[in-house]
Amino acid sequence: MAVQKLPLAKAINESLRVALDTDPKVLIMGEDVGKLGGVFRVTDGLQKDFGEGRVIDTPLAESGIVGTAIGLALRGYRPVVEIQFDGFVFPAYDQIVTQLAKMHARALGKIKMPVVIRIPYGGGIGAVEHHSESPEALFAHVAGLKIVSPSTSADGYWMMQQAIQSDDPVIFFEPKRRYWDKGEVDTEAIPGPLHKARVTRAGTDLTLAAYGPMVKVCLEAATAAAEEGKSVEVLDLRSMSPIDFDTIQTSVEKTRRLVVVHEAPVFYGSGAEIAARITERSFYHLEAPVLRVGGFHAPYPPARLEEEYLPGLDRVLDAVDRSLAY
Amino acid sequence: MTVESTAAARKPRRSSGTKRAGARTTPQPKASEPQLVQLLTPEGERVKNDEYDGYVADITPESLRGLYRDMVLTRRFDAEATSLQRQGELGLWASLLGQEAAQIGSGRALRDEDYVFPTYREHGVAWCRGVDPTNLLGMFRGVNHGGWDPKANNFHLYTIVIGSQTLHAAGYAMGVAKDGADSAVIAYFGDGASSQGDVAESFTFSAVYNAPVVFFCQNNQWAISEPTEKQMRVPLYQRAQGFGFPGVRVDGNDVLACLAVTRAALERARGGEGPMLVEAFTYRMGAHTTSDDPTKYRADEEREAWEAKDPILRLRAYLERESAADEAFFAALEKESEALGRRVRETVRAMPDPDHLAIFEHVYADGHALVDEERAQFAAYEASFDSAAEEGK
Ligand SMILES: Cc1ncc(C[n+]2csc(CCOP(=O)(O)OP(=O)(O)O)c2C)c(N)n1
Repeated sequence: MAVQKLPLAKAINESLRVALDTDPKVLIMGEDVGKLGGVFRVTDGLQKDFGEGRVIDTPLAESGIVGTAIGLALRGYRPVVEIQFDGFVFPAYDQIVTQLAKMHARALGKIKMPVVIRIPYGGGIGAVEHHSESPEALFAHVAGLKIVSPSTSADGYWMMQQAIQSDDPVIFFEPKRRYWDKGEVDTEAIPGPLHKARVTRAGTDLTLAAYGPMVKVCLEAATAAAEEGKSVEVLDLRSMSPIDFDTIQTSVEKTRRLVVVHEAPVFYGSGAEIAARITERSFYHLEAPVLRVGGFHAPYPPARLEEEYLPGLDRVLDAVDRSLAY
Repeated sequence: MTVESTAAARKPRRSSGTKRAGARTTPQPKASEPQLVQLLTPEGERVKNDEYDGYVADITPESLRGLYRDMVLTRRFDAEATSLQRQGELGLWASLLGQEAAQIGSGRALRDEDYVFPTYREHGVAWCRGVDPTNLLGMFRGVNHGGWDPKANNFHLYTIVIGSQTLHAAGYAMGVAKDGADSAVIAYFGDGASSQGDVAESFTFSAVYNAPVVFFCQNNQWAISEPTEKQMRVPLYQRAQGFGFPGVRVDGNDVLACLAVTRAALERARGGEGPMLVEAFTYRMGAHTTSDDPTKYRADEEREAWEAKDPILRLRAYLERESAADEAFFAALEKESEALGRRVRETVRAMPDPDHLAIFEHVYADGHALVDEERAQFAAYEASFDSAAEEGK
């Protein structure tokens, strides 16, 4: 059957399975990805079926994981590595930024770096320190990396295949609090381009732009706003590098108002980039400044405060009201 | 790498690979091969050890009972925390079950002026340092990121990023050496953590600067689902040699041996002889944390084999053998342990959620305009609900 209802984690798992099955050069690497199937079970069952040579439990060394993946890619493999949690990518940050991102340019295009780095990211699961962060802007600032984040099971399935097929390094941010949300996956569909944004809900009064975990919150906000007679359009950006500004521009020139929502701190975040670009592109169409809703300029708080830290329905609706008040 | 070894197992190798495949089969010492310092057998018999007996020569029946009490209360505290997690009072718990001897033995070897850098499972060491155990629970409940003043007990905050604290320990010890202070530093980490670059760099720094630091690795055989074979091919303690300092493997379920070996290492460090690596060979009897499911990756028989080496039963057998404790002692301890459990339960349940504006506290020591602005905006935003409710009346 081509259409299945799957949780996001399972959709990614199926996608990895297809990739391992179709391309013998694809490898899965990371801490606990083998027998345990990863701490979120995204790689569940893969080592059993493809062996320890394809699904590799690595030593506990993130710099080592990414550094050796680079070497394997140089040798013709297509490694898909898992960083266990967002906050643990930093031991590997050096390898990602100084090596992985620059290898292709440094070799004047003669080397390809088909490495996918999967990072379960974001908050909302009541975890301890370093397990809830959204570091996407730190990577988006670096040329040479592509950065995507699926919000649905279908995207989890298809974007993963596309990321693995990409000859560029892709940082694949998986919204961990959506892992258990189910959605339909058509395994025979023809997917749209990896970096294209999607209009998830059409509207006429204001555009909400989000990605990953915040898409669901924005859809709920749009539903709530509709009850008050406001027509809100919701965009799922899907990719943070590159960003599909055309789709945002088209939407904003229709609705004339834009609010960008993400979990990461607002300061220097992806919302800032989008606000600046859209202001350049659509200055005369805007009825209100582009507003941003996101995390604060504070360390990610302990779990009992994350509901306050993370943008929820109310904070998004508050920004909608502020924008409409101009 | 594994990529090749499995390929080798499956298909005939190309000629260029044959040599490397051969090299791989040269005998290697297994990381799990125990050659360890032991003063108490699993049956609780005292073993003579010329090198280390001197370090526990002062141990009286009373101090033995003290060690026993520490281990029992720590285990009780740990069990209480595990059930509090199950009852939804804690978001997560990292149990130390099975590692009591390694922690109490090393913890009791420390002097007040020594400084401890733990990971996230050192509840027994915290106990030895006099940190109130209920303070350890705030971060697991999600109300703070570490609820104690590290300087009050020379016990640093728990570190979750694997291996990071070993460099902090090396640096701190470099400071101790510069100050000419008569104290030492101890850094705790796991067998998995030993793969991190930070740990290798901390070895390098402390060796080069002859820093008074003891690296105390609790090799509990597992790093979540990965056995030590996935981290190393040479017994861990031997690694120290390549960095230029000694390493020793101690029976981590033998509290007396852990005490002796850590005392020796600390004394060496205080005496200006530089770092030392202690590998406490032990076992994590429970799950990695309450989020983990060990049945996915390890056999029950393994745990059962280690249960026979239980650190608490071992010391109890020795106490009884030596007539160093009577029924009254055990009964009183049981009562004390019940009381501790009750106190922990009550304190945790009464722990309030933090004020929402605590998000903005302590972001900077000197203050920051952006944080002030965001705090004010957020306070106004939250207050707007109150006034909306007022108006709605
Ligand atoms: C840099 C980093 N990577 C991954 C993790 C996730 N993680 C937490 S504990 C752990 C296993 C640690 O094993 P070990 O060092 O042997 O210590 P143990 O928990 O067994 O005491 C892992 C992979 C982490 N906390 N930090």
